[in-house]
Amino acid sequence: MAMVSLTINGKKITVPDDLTILEAANRHGIAIPNLCKHPQLTPFGGCRLCVVEIKGVPRPVASCTTPVNEGMEITTVTEQLEQHRKFVLELILSDHPNDCMTCESTGSCQLQELAYTYGVKGQEYAGERRTYAKKDGNPFIERDLEKCILCGRCVKVCQEIQGVEAIDFGYRGFKSKITTAYEDDLNCEFCGQCVHVCPTGALTGKLWKRKGRYEGVKETDTVCPYCGTGCNITVHSKNNEIIRITSRPWTWNEGFLCVKGRFGYPFVSSPDRLTKPLIKRKSGEFEETTWTAALEYTASWFRKIREEHGPDALGGLSSARCTNEENYLFQKFMRAGIGTNNVDHCARL
Amino acid sequence: MASETLIRVCMGPAGIAAGGKQVIEAFHAALVDAGVSAQVRERCSSHQVGCMGLCARDVLVEVHQGDVKTVYQYIKPDMVQRIVDEHLVAGKPITEWLVDEVYASFYRKQIKVVLADCGRIDPEDIDAYEAVKGYEAARECLTNRRPEEVIEEVKMSGLRGRGGAGFPTGLKWELGRKSRGDDKYIICNADEGDPGAFMDRAVIEGSPHAVIEGMIIGAFSMGARNGYVYIRAEYPLAVERLKKALDQARTRGYLGKGIFGSAFDFDIKIKLGAGAFVCGEETALIASIEGMRGMPRPKPPFPVNRGLWQKPTVINNVETFANIPAIIRNGCGWYAGFGTDKSKGTKVFALTGKIKNPGLIEVPMGITLREIIEEIGGGIESGRPFKAVQTGGPSGGCIPASMLDIAVDYESLAKVGSIVGSGGMIVLDADDCMVNVAKYFVQFTQSESCGKCVPCRVGTKRVLETLERITTGKGKEDDIERLEKLAGGIKAMSLCGLGQTAPNPVLSTLKYFRDEYEAHIRDKKCPAKVCKGLLTYSIDEATCKACGACLRACPSGAVSGEKKKPHRIDAAKCVRCGACFEVCKFGSVNRE
Ligand SMILES: Cc1cc2nc3c(=O)[nH]c(=O)nc-3n(C[C@H](O)[C@H](O)[C@H](O)COP(=O)(O)O)c2cc1C
Ligand code: SF4
Ligand code: SF4
Ligand code: SF4
Repeated sequence: MAMVSLTINGKKITVPDDLTILEAANRHGIAIPNLCKHPQLTPFGGCRLCVVEIKGVPRPVASCTTPVNEGMEITTVTEQLEQHRKFVLELILSDHPNDCMTCESTGSCQLQELAYTYGVKGQEYAGERRTYAKKDGNPFIERDLEKCILCGRCVKVCQEIQGVEAIDFGYRGFKSKITTAYEDDLNCEFCGQCVHVCPTGALTGKLWKRKGRYEGVKETDTVCPYCGTGCNITVHSKNNEIIRITSRPWTWNEGFLCVKGRFGYPFVSSPDRLTKPLIKRKSGEFEETTWTAALEYTASWFRKIREEHGPDALGGLSSARCTNEENYLFQKFMRAGIGTNNVDHCARL
Repeated sequence: MASETLIRVCMGPAGIAAGGKQVIEAFHAALVDAGVSAQVRERCSSHQVGCMGLCARDVLVEVHQGDVKTVYQYIKPDMVQRIVDEHLVAGKPITEWLVDEVYASFYRKQIKVVLADCGRIDPEDIDAYEAVKGYEAARECLTNRRPEEVIEEVKMSGLRGRGGAGFPTGLKWELGRKSRGDDKYIICNADEGDPGAFMDRAVIEGSPHAVIEGMIIGAFSMGARNGYVYIRAEYPLAVERLKKALDQARTRGYLGKGIFGSAFDFDIKIKLGAGAFVCGEETALIASIEGMRGMPRPKPPFPVNRGLWQKPTVINNVETFANIPAIIRNGCGWYAGFGTDKSKGTKVFALTGKIKNPGLIEVPMGITLREIIEEIGGGIESGRPFKAVQTGGPSGGCIPASMLDIAVDYESLAKVGSIVGSGGMIVLDADDCMVNVAKYFVQFTQSESCGKCVPCRVGTKRVLETLERITTGKGKEDDIERLEKLAGGIKAMSLCGLGQTAPNPVLSTLKYFRDEYEAHIRDKKCPAKVCKGLLTYSIDEATCKACGACLRACPSGAVSGEKKKPHRIDAAKCVRCGACFEVCKFGSVNRE
């Protein structure tokens, strides 16, 4: 790969020639504001906040889509550029509910952060706001499209990462909106990748509602219990209750989860959940017991069956939720411990 | 054997609307009628032709006898029999139906290159095209010239893209040729979405083979084996004629494998657009052909490097392609002989608005606006003072009456804040409100914005709201400043040409007609008396005959009065519909 040299804000840098200006700047610790560019998605070029000046080019250009070139002299901050950025933020906020007080995303909202940085309140170009009476009735994802800034990230993640294409841009002009086919309720995989990449409070989890944002919220990094894939998750809890599950972008699963990992957590505090082993007695009643007693009981039956009918009377079926290591141990147990090759796995069925 | 008498009936869109089809049928019927001698019948042929230009006088019928051309205007089917009897049989043209001096002055300053065959040949007949040297240029290029030579010829002609931006066509083709890749595409942009524009439609309807021939030459030059015509589905006649023309060209071996006996393969597909203005923007057009939503993407990469299906792609406008055969046939020097230093050749315009002779015209670049409006267009229809001309559609601007003597070319129009654009030209007179004109165009761009970028999607909405406020009497003192700030931000920050040029109609009217904005805002008056919300109605008691017409017409009960007593309008109840003004026979209702 060829390398090119250029300067950004007077700093000379050398980078691979297939980078965009934004990527090159970020690699060298220079931040450029933006809302529609997500590091894991192809650039969109819609929010216009990442504009920079290039010497010899008359117009400001979007750094997220412009490739680097040998000898470019780039400036990321000038009075003019900052004014342009403020202009765009003013326009975005002029069509935004600005109800950060009650918004789930306060504190984790990129729009709020930029408005804060630039001191923009959205009053200068106040005008009509899009309002939508219909709420999406799907069980998992709150779609508050009045807060949507049409950055297109959700559309891209659904297409480029999840491969589902459940949503796209619809309509034109001021009426443009992100929509499902025929504006039906969202009916997709509910992986929540769109929620993960949304820079605003337009997409949030229905389960999160009013459960807590930052104050008193504890974040615990752990591994998703659902399957052997072992995605890294961050459990947000408040008053010893799980209120939200997210995943950090630098984990091996790059912040992406499936519907179970992201939204399937309420079982943890369900009153129906079994937390102690039970043994079914002859009467048909379940009786609470200890782990030692339960294992003893099970082992005694294994032993009895093997002695009376031989090891091949037993078979083992392992779970897809187990890791490779667990599955290895399981087959070892069946083969070496019980003495049978009758071992299989539910993912094969 | 060639007929001695040739009858041409205009079947352009306006011709058809005025009954061109029925006129042709009437000729066919009249000619086989028993009353016409077999001798006359044999010598006559009648056929349809594309738009003749002077749409205001449709149906136009030309009778050619040897070198003598007779042109009739406003022909209806029931007039045909008399033309056949008196003119064709008895040899005496019907003088009262002939075109007048308007017809002569309409054509005097026009030079027809692109439209040379429009209105002359039957667009559905490939033989008719070949009879006027059609496909000679393509054959010559493919059999005798190298692609580089063809590109050089086009470069030297000075032809610039007619789709709006005026990019040099030869240079674009050269970039296309040099761009690496075996699989290349050439696209004809026939999306034509500007309100009031119908040049490209007329060209395809009037001479579809010329566009196809231009595309073949372009494809050969850049090395493209596949072409598309992206045309809006709202142009059914153009689509139908184009389809027919493509089939005819394929049958003759001018499209397909080894065309004109050369080693070059090329074919063209039609892709129907669903009528979004933004799909005329080249990257949105490409996305649309690929089956995605028509949304522009930032450039670079440019389509010549990464276009359709990520392959090198040249996109040209219909009119650009239609110029090519004539340039190859007559040479670049001939073409460069028309026009100005930097804007060569001729340009087709759709002349509309408050003009006497609206229609389709083709003029050499550099002609003055005055020549177009006063001589070709015949001046203002209403006889009221000429006020401005809007060029370039929603991306263009309004040029005031004081600048009528500027030359019509890319540079001169840009200098005064407008553009040549694709060729829309709307003439405005004293009855047009410039704030309202600006509002009309912003309404268009706002509703056609693809929604991708913030300055265009939200910014034009805020401009529109401000203009709506001003035109309904709710304008605020700082609204002009607000418009200027919004316009500047939208121009600088929008992603594509649509947003970048959307403020032009506002900026140019603010520049030349600021007083009209101020009258709306400060005095709450619309000087042109267009903006309903700003009009007040009152009755002149001295001349009122108390006939009661206004009283009966008023839908809101605002008029009061009794017999023999002057009537009155209650301003609080008046909804400003103007019904009283329309019905008063004595001119006693004042509108201010
Ligand atoms: C919003 C927008 C609409 C456009 N519409 C058209 C169109 O209808 N027809 C056209 O030929 N070019 C249109 N263009 C220009 C095209 O993007 C492109 O420049 C042109 O087709 C190139 O052809 P040319 O070099 O022959 O002019 C449009 C551009 C913009 C920004
Ligand atoms: S939840 Fe997943 S599948 Fe559904 S719209 Fe979002 S990204 Fe697409
Ligand atoms: S819902 Fe969120 S991610 Fe999707 S376009 Fe709107 S703001 Fe962007
Ligand atoms: S300028 Fe307007 S039409 Fe062009 S990309 Fe932006 S929103 Fe779409």
